[in-house]
Amino acid sequence: MTTITSPVGTAIARANAERAGALVGYLPVGFPSLDASIDAAVALVENGVDVLELGLPYSDPVMDGPVIQAATVQALSQGTRLKDAFTAVERIRSRVDAPVLLMTYWNPVLQYGVDRFADDLVSAGGAGLITPDLTVDSGADWLATSDRTGLDRVFLAAPTSTDARLRLAVENSRGFVYTVSTMGITGARADLDQAARTLAGRLREQGADSIAVGIGISSAEQIAEILGYADGAIVGSALVKALADGGVAAVGRLAAQLSTGTAR
Amino acid sequence: MTDIHPATASLRAESGPFFGEFGGRFMPESLIAALDELDEAYQLAKLDPQFHAELAELGRSYTGRPSILTEVPKFSRHAGGARVILKREDLNHTGSHKINNVLGQALLAKRIGKHRLIAETGAGQHGVATATAAALFGMECVVYMGEVDTERQALNVARMRLLGAEVIPVKSGTRTLKDALNEAFRDWVANVESTHYLLGTVAGPHPFPVMVRDFVKVIGEEARQQMIELTGKLPDAVTACVGGGSNAIGIFHAFLDDTAVGLYGYEAAGLGVDTPQHAATITKGRPGVLHGSRSYMLQDDDGQTLDSHSISAGLDYPGVGPEHAWLASIGRANYRPVTDEAAMAAFRLLCTTEGIIPAIESAHALAGTLELGRELGPDATILVSLSGRGDKDVETAGRYFDVLDHEGNAIV
Repeated sequence: MTTITSPVGTAIARANAERAGALVGYLPVGFPSLDASIDAAVALVENGVDVLELGLPYSDPVMDGPVIQAATVQALSQGTRLKDAFTAVERIRSRVDAPVLLMTYWNPVLQYGVDRFADDLVSAGGAGLITPDLTVDSGADWLATSDRTGLDRVFLAAPTSTDARLRLAVENSRGFVYTVSTMGITGARADLDQAARTLAGRLREQGADSIAVGIGISSAEQIAEILGYADGAIVGSALVKALADGGVAAVGRLAAQLSTGTAR
Repeated sequence: MTDIHPATASLRAESGPFFGEFGGRFMPESLIAALDELDEAYQLAKLDPQFHAELAELGRSYTGRPSILTEVPKFSRHAGGARVILKREDLNHTGSHKINNVLGQALLAKRIGKHRLIAETGAGQHGVATATAAALFGMECVVYMGEVDTERQALNVARMRLLGAEVIPVKSGTRTLKDALNEAFRDWVANVESTHYLLGTVAGPHPFPVMVRDFVKVIGEEARQQMIELTGKLPDAVTACVGGGSNAIGIFHAFLDDTAVGLYGYEAAGLGVDTPQHAATITKGRPGVLHGSRSYMLQDDDGQTLDSHSISAGLDYPGVGPEHAWLASIGRANYRPVTDEAAMAAFRLLCTTEGIIPAIESAHALAGTLELGRELGPDATILVSLSGRGDKDVETAGRYFDVLDHEGNAIV
């Protein structure tokens, strides 16, 4: 691990000191509108979410299931642009104190310019990036830029990853290692794989001190179970669905309910 | 990661993950183990004479290799009198060059113990070839096809179903080939233990671009020898259509070091490259990452993939294989746009002058050849990759030329 202080790592450590662990909440920028996506993100934090993960809508999201796809397609068709992500981060940070990670596929960053993207994210008050289609071995430019700017960088670990690759993810992630609970795309699942627990154990063996489990999580019970062996639990599709069905108030209520899973 | 070659090294030696600055592997971690497994299995198979023997035997007794050359003198008259010779991949079993790659990958899938094949398809030719291989090898098969394409290529959908495959119409995104790839990747992430993703072109993450190329390069290897036998020399130019670019790389590869042989790839210009309705990726795109590799692609300022358009479903793709991007960047191959209109005129011309109905994809190469022949003059010899036959396109072409009405009934 590097000596750069990680805003996300700090928030997750604090949640683990005070409660069973951290709740990480995902919402896409621009859904159902830019203003509503900002209000919804603020509502998450006001209802117990420790770390925000804002998704930048992308035309070809290979890791995303139907709920998030539908939301991001709508956001794009309504004219959501890359720069809206920086606007959203800035406006959210002016209202609440939780660190904000951007979740983005790699091509938008590449086209904007890796350095320029990082600098603008820093200016907006963002904490770093989650890169679902950029692995450590393909990400030399992002490693250099994130070290220069001090941004957090979250890489993914999968049940099928070798120990050597897990070590690569652990050594190069800053904030947390995104632990993919199950082999599949995003979307709520009733039963979480035992694979998540096993993978978390393997990541600890490689020296991970901050791991969060994501994909398929939709209830406070699941969160409580995950926080028994991980430092954070990530909820995405369930929140997006609540926002789609019931608006900002509904997503706030779901966050409050989910955050009961972080109690010790 | 990039191979370092002395300046005199063979262009044919490039074997990924990068071709110059293009290629690589930009994929979710969940798929990296499967890509590594595939790469290792492929490296071993490449060194195994038995694998090559099995594949060659399938080519001979199942595909119908070697495919023949056909000289087309009456068509040539419209190409400035240049000598035009077709490499007849349209005569392969299943009707296109796609079967070459499919049999190679299916054989590999069998070696690594996968019993389920998934594939994306645009025109349906790759889906049909994959469904065929699955039937031959006794494997389960699921083909993802954009909903728009299932409508314009209904006959191939029926073919795949008759062969026992499940065809899933993809309703996400633009509902065309690129979205079918996304959906196939999503399936693969969830089912990687049992499933091989049989990608149909020289795009995608490493090792697909190099592996698929190796399985289709037989086209050019045969053709190079056949041209020497038929004409006593190498052709002056080799032409092919380029969507993802598999038939083009298949016929180009054997000629890469023959610097006197011009290589010409024809991209779909749709309604014209000055309109938004085209699929001319190298002509009009810029480098970016799509479907796991860095190459030219059609995209907006934010890096969002743009919709492509072509009358030919098989060329309707906003990306292109990284080896083509590299060949374009070093100037070894030329990539030019051909409109729907020019392709359809060449389609009709080959039908009426030579009695061969080409796939509309291949008709783009024919249209390019007509223009190139006029450019190179009557002393030139041009080898054309006739990558597929037009049976699947009869309805589209029938409507285009007012032979069929909108419901597909004959106009009398």
